[in-house]
Amino acid sequence: MPTIKYCVVFIVIHFFITVEGFSQNKPLKVYEKNGIALNSYNFEGLQSFLNQKNDTLYVINFWATWCVPCVKELPYFEKLNQKYKNEKFKMILVSLDFPKMIESRVIPFIINKNLQAEIVVLNDPDANSWIEKVAKEWTGAIPATVIYRNDKRKFYEQSFTEEELETQIISFMN
Amino acid sequence: MKKFKIAFLLLAAGLITAFNTIKPAGYEIGSIATDFSLKNVDNKMVSLKDYKEAKGFIVIFTCNHCPYAVAYEDRIIDLDKKYKKLGYPVIAINPNNPEKQKDDSFDKMKVRAKEKGFTFPYLFDDGQKIYPQYGATKTPHVYVLQKTDKGNVVKYIGAIDDNHSDETAVEQKYVQNAVDALLKNQDVKVKTTKAIGCSIKA
Repeated sequence: MPTIKYCVVFIVIHFFITVEGFSQNKPLKVYEKNGIALNSYNFEGLQSFLNQKNDTLYVINFWATWCVPCVKELPYFEKLNQKYKNEKFKMILVSLDFPKMIESRVIPFIINKNLQAEIVVLNDPDANSWIEKVAKEWTGAIPATVIYRNDKRKFYEQSFTEEELETQIISFMN
Repeated sequence: MKKFKIAFLLLAAGLITAFNTIKPAGYEIGSIATDFSLKNVDNKMVSLKDYKEAKGFIVIFTCNHCPYAVAYEDRIIDLDKKYKKLGYPVIAINPNNPEKQKDDSFDKMKVRAKEKGFTFPYLFDDGQKIYPQYGATKTPHVYVLQKTDKGNVVKYIGAIDDNHSDETAVEQKYVQNAVDALLKNQDVKVKTTKAIGCSIKA
């Protein structure tokens, strides 16, 4: 009998953990390889990452393994994520790699670069329908980054140095 | 008081100039597109004015290295095959600086054009001077131009279609729709679209 009780408690706790935060979005697909699990979303699924109102500072970066300037700036994102992750801070790296590259390239890349920030895949080919929902001024070039906290929001169609990125992050903290 | 006024005017003029420089340059629908003289992969110089018979152009900023550009290569060839004979040839321009992106060197452009059997000129924007005038920010980035007495008028800016990854799932062929409309002397319905692409490396 106590086993069942524990089971129920476990399931209830598990349920709350799963429902909490972003997990409410149902991914299109979960890619699993070498101990890494990556959720892929269409834009509808991704959208709530871009519109949280919970005092947390969000840094959302759009990148791809084939995008040289994106790969170059990722270590800065990773470093600043490590620095701020214990505060009200959440970084999400949105990979725009093609679906067929996720297992062959993206997951090995994550392992190789030891990326710890949360990574999701956006798989929604009709980009014209969603680019302006990320930011009106986005032309569609990557790298691109959104930083926001509640209603304050900024969009950057550019590459960052570590200092530039930290300066922008700090400007959202006060 | 007069001095203040002058100072104010100067300041205002300065601000206006400053804002004008900040505003990203580039064409809008209705702009007259500049002509150019750029080197093709066959080492000959190509200009729009060379195309006496053309009714317009499908100018595509594209490159070797970008997976989005590569995904569209076959579709760009198809566009050229279909529309060159109707008066709208494809003119492809690689805007990237090979010092920043080695795979986009002029020599590698020649290799790629041969491998894929490009039916259109594939030009090198040497010194990266032409793409900023158009306002291209990424590859691929399309400008459909219509030849008029005033010059080559920009009629469409944006993506080739609405699905880069799966040609069979395309629902909107933006460039084809635009050129088809121009050929029928109709207004282009969807004049601008956006797509993900690789930022141009200047």
